[in-house]
Amino acid sequence: MSIEPKSDSVGIVTPKVEHFDQPLALGSGQSLPAYDIVYETYGELNASRSNAILICHALSGTHHAAGLHSDSDRKPGWWDHCIGPGKPIDTQLFHVVSLNNLGGCAGSTGPASINPATGRPWGPEFPVIGARDWVASQARLADRLGIARWAAVIGGSLGGMQAMLWAIDLPDRIAHCVVIAAALKLSAQNLAFNEIARQAITADPDFHDGWFLEHGSAPRRGLAIARMVGHVTYLSDELMGDKFGRELRSGSLTQGGVSNAEFQVQSYLRYQGDQFADNFDANTYLLMTRALDYFDLAREFGDDAPAAFRRAAARFLVMSFSSDWRFSPARSREIVDALISAGRDVSYTEIEAAEGHDSFLLPVARYHEALGLYLKRVHRELSHAA
Amino acid sequence: MQLEHTVRGWIREGSRVLDLGCGDGRLLLDLAASRAVLGYGLEIDQRGIARCLEAGVNVIEQDLDRGLGNFPDHSFDTVIMTQTLQAVRFPHMVLEEMLRIGRQCVITFPNFGNWRCRLQLGGGGHMPVSRFLPYAWYDTPNIHFCTVLDFEALCRSKNIRILDRVVLDAGDSESLATRLLPNLFGMTAIFRVTR
Repeated sequence: MSIEPKSDSVGIVTPKVEHFDQPLALGSGQSLPAYDIVYETYGELNASRSNAILICHALSGTHHAAGLHSDSDRKPGWWDHCIGPGKPIDTQLFHVVSLNNLGGCAGSTGPASINPATGRPWGPEFPVIGARDWVASQARLADRLGIARWAAVIGGSLGGMQAMLWAIDLPDRIAHCVVIAAALKLSAQNLAFNEIARQAITADPDFHDGWFLEHGSAPRRGLAIARMVGHVTYLSDELMGDKFGRELRSGSLTQGGVSNAEFQVQSYLRYQGDQFADNFDANTYLLMTRALDYFDLAREFGDDAPAAFRRAAARFLVMSFSSDWRFSPARSREIVDALISAGRDVSYTEIEAAEGHDSFLLPVARYHEALGLYLKRVHRELSHAA
Repeated sequence: MQLEHTVRGWIREGSRVLDLGCGDGRLLLDLAASRAVLGYGLEIDQRGIARCLEAGVNVIEQDLDRGLGNFPDHSFDTVIMTQTLQAVRFPHMVLEEMLRIGRQCVITFPNFGNWRCRLQLGGGGHMPVSRFLPYAWYDTPNIHFCTVLDFEALCRSKNIRILDRVVLDAGDSESLATRLLPNLFGMTAIFRVTR
């Protein structure tokens, strides 16, 4: 008798595509005539269709959150640590839906897709998309999948902002809202970093005002620099110190023998930048950073965040990480204080972690424990309601 | 539990309750069930936070010693602090903050004037260690012990109105002895105060 080792992976997954030909009116005033949404699901939807969880991705995320695409696939989905049988987002309990947002470059309609009106790629003419538009398009996907109400909508960073909008815009359709390493709006410092990233892209001669696909080129250098800037802000000083310090990768700084010295951190950053530039569309990067910049939860509510949250009916879990300086714990505390003022149910944990903003993607033990405990209770509620 | 029973009697149906140092969330769960309160607990102990998350109690990871400035004036009907006063850095300042945030405050603390404490210190010459105060002096979260009399004196000096006082003995109940001589026989003091 052989015993199969219990796997905690969702295994091989196959992305699916839904096509929508009802135009989507966007917050910008523009409209997207038709579009595709690519998504993956993990775990079984229960008979009452009540155990679905929506994952909202961050700046450079995709629909591929967990599992592998083939036997030979080396790299699992971006949140594979967190989604799977027995993991915090437990696929034995929940049906998890993860999609690529509109404007993305992983299969959903975006700037690299063909504009039906012109027959050429949308490029820089792709409409401006905001977090609220993503929520609207995600709701349409939910309709298509027969999910009237999410047991939880979960997102980190820009994903957390979408989760909050779900709670405010569609209060009847979300029972729990999990907001990880997010903010009510970006700070001036955050806006500044995003502007540096965009400038790096648009200043690249291969950018061609966004028509690079037409020119058979891509602003790889600009995109790589944009990613390098972003990457530095996602890590902490402490972590970079531990990981790289002032280690030299090549050359020498010896007195009398200085030659072509290159630090480890330089080559690490270049590698990160190059990897990203090979796999990401520059127009999508511009679109996503703008969506992040323009997001301001309380704007339509007279800058009164509690007023915005009074529209919500969901229960909230807010989480932050001690070393995150891009979306610091103070930003999460603003969310929590606004929720308490609004009289909404909320729990908050501030996780001790050295990895900066990136912590939300990593298997930090206490983070996973807290999220898992919270979601187990979400699941218990479902069983009571059934 | 007598403590829950006593506190319950002071809480209005559907009111807003903030519990400073809520532990595993037991009291808030009780008040949610019995009084349908909208409750939030502050806690820094990771096990306590985990138990709250598990039970569905609203728990906020926040250190009382780093202030409560994020809570607006009179934003809660009741602010509760059970068995935590003796563990904070500046008890009088936390008390002031509680009175600013809540319309009424409920505070419980171990009474250091209890005869057992007096006996251990006065007779044995040692800092009291017991089932109720199980820590050695060098390794204890409890850094500001006080007696029933001390607390009442603090309230007087700060113009804090004492609305109720219930003092429980080692058996967790009120008795003739704790009523007549609370500072000698009381093990746990429960005060309801306002300004």
